Amino acid sequence: MAPLRIVPVFLLLASAALAQTYGVGRAPTPAELAQDITISSTGVGLPPGHGTAAEGKVLFTQKNCVVCHGPDAVGGVTSAPNLQAKLGPEVDAWDRKGGGDGIPVKAPYATVVWDFIHRGMPLGNEGTLTPNEVYALTAYLFAINKIIPEDQVLDQNNLAKVKMPIGDEWVRVPDWRPKTPRLAGYPY
Amino acid sequence: MDPKRSTRRELLKGGALAVGTVAAGASVGKIAFAETPASGPAPSLPSYAANEAPMVPASEDVIAYGVRSHYVTSKRIPANGRASPDDFGLEFHIATPLQDSVGTIQASSLHYVATTKGSFIPDIDPAKHTLMINGLVDRPRIFTMADLKRFPSVSRFHFIECSGNSASDRNKTVQESHGLTSNAEWTGVLLSTLFKECGLQKNANWFVAESAEEIKGASTIPINKGMTDVIVAYGMNGEPLRPQQGFPVRLIVPGFEGIFNTKWLRHIKVVDQYQLNMNDFGHLRRDPKEAALGYQIGPKSVITFPSGGQKLPERGWYEITGLAWSGGGAVRKVEISTDGGKAWHAAQLKGTPNPMAHTRFGFMWNWEGGEHVILSRATDEIGQVQPTVEEVAKALGVAYTPKFRVPMNNNTIMPWKVARDGSVTNGLPPVPTGA
Repeated sequence: MAPLRIVPVFLLLASAALAQTYGVGRAPTPAELAQDITISSTGVGLPPGHGTAAEGKVLFTQKNCVVCHGPDAVGGVTSAPNLQAKLGPEVDAWDRKGGGDGIPVKAPYATVVWDFIHRGMPLGNEGTLTPNEVYALTAYLFAINKIIPEDQVLDQNNLAKVKMPIGDEWVRVPDWRPKTPRLAGYPY
Repeated sequence: MDPKRSTRRELLKGGALAVGTVAAGASVGKIAFAETPASGPAPSLPSYAANEAPMVPASEDVIAYGVRSHYVTSKRIPANGRASPDDFGLEFHIATPLQDSVGTIQASSLHYVATTKGSFIPDIDPAKHTLMINGLVDRPRIFTMADLKRFPSVSRFHFIECSGNSASDRNKTVQESHGLTSNAEWTGVLLSTLFKECGLQKNANWFVAESAEEIKGASTIPINKGMTDVIVAYGMNGEPLRPQQGFPVRLIVPGFEGIFNTKWLRHIKVVDQYQLNMNDFGHLRRDPKEAALGYQIGPKSVITFPSGGQKLPERGWYEITGLAWSGGGAVRKVEISTDGGKAWHAAQLKGTPNPMAHTRFGFMWNWEGGEHVILSRATDEIGQVQPTVEEVAKALGVAYTPKFRVPMNNNTIMPWKVARDGSVTNGLPPVPTGA
């Protein structure tokens, strides 16, 4: 059988690759490492800064967020999502409509919302917001969705501690193994 | 005009005698004359001059890079009826013309395209582009494109498929229903080679792959996958990646949903905890079954001929052909039904099926002019079978109605309906209005 012949060759190659490094590439400079904008769910990687909902409300207009997300972030202007859940905070986050209704409510971690704004907004001018502005916009979206009090100051120390409506009730990605069905007991 | 060419043209125009001369010269004369009947009027020999195509000198551009025939007009189209440019005036998802595809790879110029949140395509100077790997590694590294090409390379066939590549009853063609998947030969360095170079630490459980496009889209991927078969690819179908495919370097995550195959790759961070990043949002689920279906693409196939919008011109033999693939491994078997699923027949697999790659299949069929619903069903090497939509509902414990939607990527069997006049249409049951 062909697979029997292939297996030893594959193992040989794999073990050769595992046994060797090539000394190619160099260590990153501090400036290059500073371009790492990854934020962990526990807040590792968050830059120092702070902001409030009141500041965020002003920025939401100033930074043209309203052009796509609409006044009061309720959407309806373009296909950009509505950011203010129409349903009240008492409604189960999972019962909200698709991706459009109140995306910040559906985030499992507060850091996800911060990271989303920091990476991807405003569309066309990404990377131009300062850390303080991102904290303020995050606070604004959380306040209008009743996730935090309107007067709370968000900063690098308390952002990851914000309790999100979705809580812990979402599924972690199952462990992945090669040549394994994606869902045990599901033959398709 | 070239004097040699003129001479040949004159010869061809010279009629039977000239044809005989040319044909004999090409050693095919006997075959042509052997079909002459022994009695009856002398048949007129085919006039080659009548079929003669104009001789067109190649321009410098054609000589330098080549173009397809102007008779071949197959094109990509905006996916899901969404205008492209979209609301933001930016490109979005573009579907490949599977109905015209032959073999197993898509030409690079026809490979399907998806962009994150409609972002623009970055114009990256490869001489300035770098890939950084940091996080839970002993030796964080910056690699230039030249560095990446010094590592041992691999060239492998893999499909990529958008999770949204899900057929609906509204789709008129296979391009509309299945055009967000393509297959290509990808060349690059295995991510496991780079991880070894950097030295993974014990608690390295995930890696975050980040793009250089403006929104810096990022996905979180299991380290197991990264150490198994992920390619940091710089080549596609024998040349550098195209800009729409991530030039100068992208991730190929074989068998995973398209969004994980990060284009314009600039940064990989090795982490311990799952990080729900921008591009991971669509995978957020409450139901563990749905979540599990959101990474590895299931076994899938589709008939590309005869498919929606095509027409069988007359009764007789045709090769039903199409593509099969699976995120779980190589395609092991494809079956064809021409009676809506009552009887199934083994299709021929063309060539050796590659793991997580499109495989071409064919089945000779003598169409006698009746109405038929034709189906294809793929089985992969780990025994996963392409389901019907009813089977998915049952397996997930949901009552099937026409409103039922397969969670994540829809890998269910696609029916095409062949009418008595040979025309082919979408055979999915219509979804009631308001569904």
